[in-house]
Amino acid sequence: MGLDLSGKQYRKVPYEEKEALLEEVKEDLRFGDYMYGCYDCGICVAACPSARFYDFSPRKIAQSVAREDVDLFYVFLNDSVWDCSQCFSCDRCPRQNSPGGLITLMREVAVKHGLASAQEALEGYGRVVYKIMSTGTQVSPDMLQANAFPDWGPHVKDIAENLDVWRKALPPETLHTTEASWKVDEKTLIELYLIWHATGVMDMIKEVDEGLFMILQDVMEERLEDAGYDVTFD
Amino acid sequence: MIPHQAIMNKAKDRKFERNPDLAPNADYHDLVDQLEKDGEWEVQRVPEPYIEVQTKFGRKKKIPLQTTWHHKSCGQCGHIPGYSTSVFWINRQLGLDYHDPTDQTSCTAWNYYASATSNAAAQSAVAMRNFAAADESGYFPIIHCGTSFGHYKETRQQLIHSEKLRHQVRDVLKMMGKKLVMPEEVVHYSEWIHAVRDKIAERQVIDMSKIRATIHPACHYHKLVGEDAIFAPEIYGGQRTAIITATLIALGIDVKDYSTWFDCCGFGFRHILVSRDFSRSFAVQRKIEVMKEEADPDILITHDTGCVTTLDQSQFAAKAHDRNVGLPVMSDSQLAALAMGAHPYKVLQLHWHSTDMKPFLQKIGIDTDKAWAEFEEAVAKLRSGEKQYLTWEDCDE
Ligand code: SF4
Ligand code: SF4
Repeated sequence: MGLDLSGKQYRKVPYEEKEALLEEVKEDLRFGDYMYGCYDCGICVAACPSARFYDFSPRKIAQSVAREDVDLFYVFLNDSVWDCSQCFSCDRCPRQNSPGGLITLMREVAVKHGLASAQEALEGYGRVVYKIMSTGTQVSPDMLQANAFPDWGPHVKDIAENLDVWRKALPPETLHTTEASWKVDEKTLIELYLIWHATGVMDMIKEVDEGLFMILQDVMEERLEDAGYDVTFD
Repeated sequence: MIPHQAIMNKAKDRKFERNPDLAPNADYHDLVDQLEKDGEWEVQRVPEPYIEVQTKFGRKKKIPLQTTWHHKSCGQCGHIPGYSTSVFWINRQLGLDYHDPTDQTSCTAWNYYASATSNAAAQSAVAMRNFAAADESGYFPIIHCGTSFGHYKETRQQLIHSEKLRHQVRDVLKMMGKKLVMPEEVVHYSEWIHAVRDKIAERQVIDMSKIRATIHPACHYHKLVGEDAIFAPEIYGGQRTAIITATLIALGIDVKDYSTWFDCCGFGFRHILVSRDFSRSFAVQRKIEVMKEEADPDILITHDTGCVTTLDQSQFAAKAHDRNVGLPVMSDSQLAALAMGAHPYKVLQLHWHSTDMKPFLQKIGIDTDKAWAEFEEAVAKLRSGEKQYLTWEDCDE
């Protein structure tokens, strides 16, 4: 079934609430550089990988924002933005827009307000957020498990079974890790946690995944305390 | 009468030349330098000797030869470790000084483009913390991941144009005793490979002249802040980025074109982790099958974490559906190292890849059974405790 653009599915959401979210997207410091208006030419769609496999159109999203069609914007904010591949092929826009960048901003607003659609889109993604925020590297070697990547082939099982020794068989000393992609200094991790704290990222996590927030809070607060920082994420 | 011959002769001499003065936007070099003059940040200069290359609008970009700080990639180090190992191996073979830091975090952009659980200030602060760490070490950053490279260029634009963001990030860094330092250039490792391709070719020991290859240029390399990607008049007439292609040509490889060259690989950031049906379908139907049908290559070479991952790992499941797949995939760093005689398993670590490399390796004269036995022998020593780790010296035995 295609995307329902009528907005009927969100008629119970007050118009003012939808409008406030659009305003928030427009207030982001990057907005002026991502959206100059829209010719409705569809060049972005021609380049877009997601448009080939989903009922998805960067042109329609750009139009909804440029025309300030609040109801349509809200449909895309919930039902479309997570289909984007964030490849930025659409940066070839003749109006100098970045529809992909606009979509990043929309996603951020969706996460910040804990929209149900954002929570659903990020289901199953928590372990990745945990990994990057707590270890400073994203896809660690120990994530390569046959049950997690059954479609990648039998080598994944071989890697999982030989993981420790195959990591030791890597000549760069920084790569002898299994839980992080490379060895990150303790001091460096503390600095990363201070960044998450100072920029409000943990507040965003709290909105979309309370459980993940609590686990991260535990790990980070303890380490920060050990390093002599009196920092809490509440 | 129309002077056909005169026109044709003139066309032969025609060469596409770019005029940087006609570029549609301001040169980031000038903006970065101006902010240094204004006392807004320091600029870490590209160490000498450097190699100059041309970018999209005909501007010059400096690529450091050595004294490089290797900003590693999560996906490369975690899942395709021969990718970064090959970059280091080439540096060592060329006798160049480099630093592989532990005071480095991910750029965190893979997660950002996948989940949006971050914001402009956090992303810029992560970037500038890493840049400050590089500056403190006295080595110049060279970025292994295409997404980190693209994202850092985006971050640079945002920091240039927003005083508010700059000051916010400056204050965050101050808290940890760090300065705001912008590198003079944001350099991708494949640009370094491109810049030293002749040195690599001079040390080539494996003949690759019988090899047909297709390439996939990474979206975040040449589309995201695309003005800062390498272009060369002699490659695709200067109409597409020269990255990878120029390197392969220097190695004597026949680079074949195909009609979906500009298309993305299907990685999708969140898709590759939680919606892989999309990634698989796109990679197979829009890239691999098109290449196989139109170019019939021996190998596919790309230059980014996500591209190697998607194009390599997506082919296995497609075999079950009788799709036209079975094309080995590796990075330009792995291929360049291989050409220089690197071990396919100790250095290139090809056992971490999904696609079958053997037909390609055998075509260039490598005894794959022997090479695998050598790797297994080295691993046996690690298992028995005779050795703790495989060393660089072991790689060249
Ligand atoms: S960034 Fe998103 S909207 Fe733009 S081309 Fe890529 S998938 Fe399409
Ligand atoms: S390419 Fe640009 S101007 Fe054309 S439809 Fe897309 S966003 Fe609008």
